[in-house]
Amino acid sequence: MANTVNLKIDGIDISVEAGKTVLDAAKELNIHIPTLCYHEDLCVAGNCRVCVVEQEGARNLVASCAMPAQEGMVIHTNTHKVRNARRHVVELLLSEHNADCTKCYKNTKCELQDLASEMVITEPMFLDLVPEKNYTVDNYSPSIIKDDSKCIRCQRCVRTCHELQHVSALGVAYKGDQMKISTFFEHPMLDVVCTNCGQCVIRCPTGALVEKNYIDQVWDAIYDPDKHVIVQTAPATRIALGEDFGMEPGNIVTGKMAASLRRLGFDSVLDTDFTADLTIMEEGTELLTRLKKVLVDKDESVKVPMFTSCSPGWIKFIEHMYPEFLDNLSTCKSPQQMFGALAKTYYAQKKGIDPSKIVSVSIMPCTAKKFEAARPEMRDSGFQDVDLGLTTRELAVMIKQAGIDFESLPDEKFDSIMGASTGAAVIFGATGGVMEAALRTAYELVTGREVPFENLNITAVRGMEGVREASVKLEGLLPAWSFLEGVELKTAVAHGLTNAHQIMDAIKKGEASYHFVEVMGCPGGCIGGGGQPIPTTPEIRKKRTEAIYREDEGKTIRKSHENPEVQEIYRDFLGEPLGHKSHELLHTHYKPRKRF
Amino acid sequence: MPEIKELVKGLADKHGRGRESLIPILQGIIAEERYISDAAMSEVAVELDMSAALVYGTATFYSFLDTEPRGKYVIRICKTITCDMKGKKQIVKTLEDLLKIKVGETTKDNKFTLLETNCLGWCHKGPAMLINSIPYDTLDVNKVTEIIMDYIRK
Ligand code: SF4
Ligand code: SF4
Ligand code: SF4
Ligand code: FES
Repeated sequence: MANTVNLKIDGIDISVEAGKTVLDAAKELNIHIPTLCYHEDLCVAGNCRVCVVEQEGARNLVASCAMPAQEGMVIHTNTHKVRNARRHVVELLLSEHNADCTKCYKNTKCELQDLASEMVITEPMFLDLVPEKNYTVDNYSPSIIKDDSKCIRCQRCVRTCHELQHVSALGVAYKGDQMKISTFFEHPMLDVVCTNCGQCVIRCPTGALVEKNYIDQVWDAIYDPDKHVIVQTAPATRIALGEDFGMEPGNIVTGKMAASLRRLGFDSVLDTDFTADLTIMEEGTELLTRLKKVLVDKDESVKVPMFTSCSPGWIKFIEHMYPEFLDNLSTCKSPQQMFGALAKTYYAQKKGIDPSKIVSVSIMPCTAKKFEAARPEMRDSGFQDVDLGLTTRELAVMIKQAGIDFESLPDEKFDSIMGASTGAAVIFGATGGVMEAALRTAYELVTGREVPFENLNITAVRGMEGVREASVKLEGLLPAWSFLEGVELKTAVAHGLTNAHQIMDAIKKGEASYHFVEVMGCPGGCIGGGGQPIPTTPEIRKKRTEAIYREDEGKTIRKSHENPEVQEIYRDFLGEPLGHKSHELLHTHYKPRKRF
Repeated sequence: MPEIKELVKGLADKHGRGRESLIPILQGIIAEERYISDAAMSEVAVELDMSAALVYGTATFYSFLDTEPRGKYVIRICKTITCDMKGKKQIVKTLEDLLKIKVGETTKDNKFTLLETNCLGWCHKGPAMLINSIPYDTLDVNKVTEIIMDYIRK
């Protein structure tokens, strides 16, 4: 054991891997040290000092999150001095904090509040500086609210946006007591390069960055007897929602979720997974059509690689950062928006409901979906296609508001039509899932055979590696597709926008060439989305991902083209993939945005 | 703003386009424009292929990287305790009377801006002030009046 160090924490000997911090070591001993600026996904900032401990022989208290464990260290985590120092840190933070917890969206879900409560801080020790401050609230974005009066300047958001998302929409401006978290020139988040991904939201320890919630609007619609309120649920919601009710990450709660939505009063409980399958039909056909145009017709106006277009954070990223690649984006709308466009046309017709009376609600693991729903591009049904986008978290709030005991709910099914789905749709929720689902269908379309992977599991595109590549050789093709004979279909998958940036730069420089690239804006894909239950850690994302693939394996139908309702919609309404109606309702184009 | 674009491009050619060039470039803009406008900052972000929020963060961090329009002569008077004890308040009042502006303001003819600044390192010879990059120390009412009159005549 060459690479370990031995230390003593609170009288207990422990040896840890070299490079681990005192905080890591304490965790291994189940000793809880409070933290605020520290986050497992991010580099160490060491700025809040709430994690201080006493080190024998050291003059000052040390920040355990930033202090590497060293041979022979003797650490005390629970001395009078330590407890006083931590308490002062929290009290100083509160002296500048607009602590009106009862009016705060993060009430009972706030790390600062937890600490204040743990320390039983009742009387302020320091002067209340809030009246001196000129705090502002930015609520222009349809996705995110930024309230500086709740900010403790831990910079988790800044590190998230920089390290994980390569956007740096948020930075640190000014200094000293004026220091604040700011966009470029303090413009509203809506007007800057922010992708609305919400990764900062799920890492902000306080109420300074939260999703804009539409809970009351949804209740209003439900209680309006004139409205027919339908709801769709994204793939990744069903493996995470349980966490907000104290269940372990990785629990599949699809049936309970459907049951809860019915009890909330939605008129029809439907599934985004249905349009995920439909996306595969459209996007798979689009890919093959593009390949034909490029490889056979030598049409230079057609661009490969084709990029997936399901992730609205990724869409806004490419609009800002790589507008020259907009033509490489699949023209397919995201499953949420395909659903929205069909709800007020196909569904309305089939059910004989006036589309102007339909309120279309979506439950998404995502904050960017709110922005997407409000896009001017997304009104092809003649109405706003999706009226209200909620996060997984907002749904949990509604379920609690309705007094429903989630865990004891029975498993129920989705309604029909637009409620049926396959395993291929479920895996949309994990990074690599869209690629895998597309390959399952496209390969079969051109060869007449199933993908040559055991049990349909294309493991090469799975996993948490930031960028993954896989290729499939197309052989023994059906006559209609013989022009693709022998083609090695090259694909790549990236998740989190920093990885997207990496792959885009490689493509730009000509260092990588692919036919098809899947990009998801959030680390881990939608399972790690900015609208998912808080907290998020690599471990939690892993468990959610495993649940996604379990849900897939448990499905009897696991290929999108075998979804009976998908077959029905092509027969009764759409005609064929990429047909006239599809073009009208399911496809769109995006426009460049300012780089800065 | 074509001039700004040219200016930034020239500065980037001179100093390089890495992150370490950010401050010299911002200082270069100050030397020419006396302040860094939002247009200038986004040009810098474009040239250096870096986030505009980070450029803004850097510019707002340093007091000498002004982000608001400034007069031709920027007067910065030391607000630290030593200068204060040696009569800085009287100096500020004299300056305000002479220039007919308050601290933080710029004269209508855009000639003078009056600011307070953190320690200038002239504690032993306070009160002290800077006009652009020239320091003036051991100020009293007469001395500061003479200095300003000289500048007014310039
Ligand atoms: S951010 Fe936390 S501590 Fe602050 S008001 Fe909200 S709940 Fe309370
Ligand atoms: S907005 Fe939230 S994450 Fe960002 S610095 Fe403030 S408290 Fe921390
Ligand atoms: S939502 Fe995403 S892009 Fe926008 S500031 Fe937060 S992390 Fe950055
Ligand atoms: S958690 Fe260690 S300094 Fe903030």
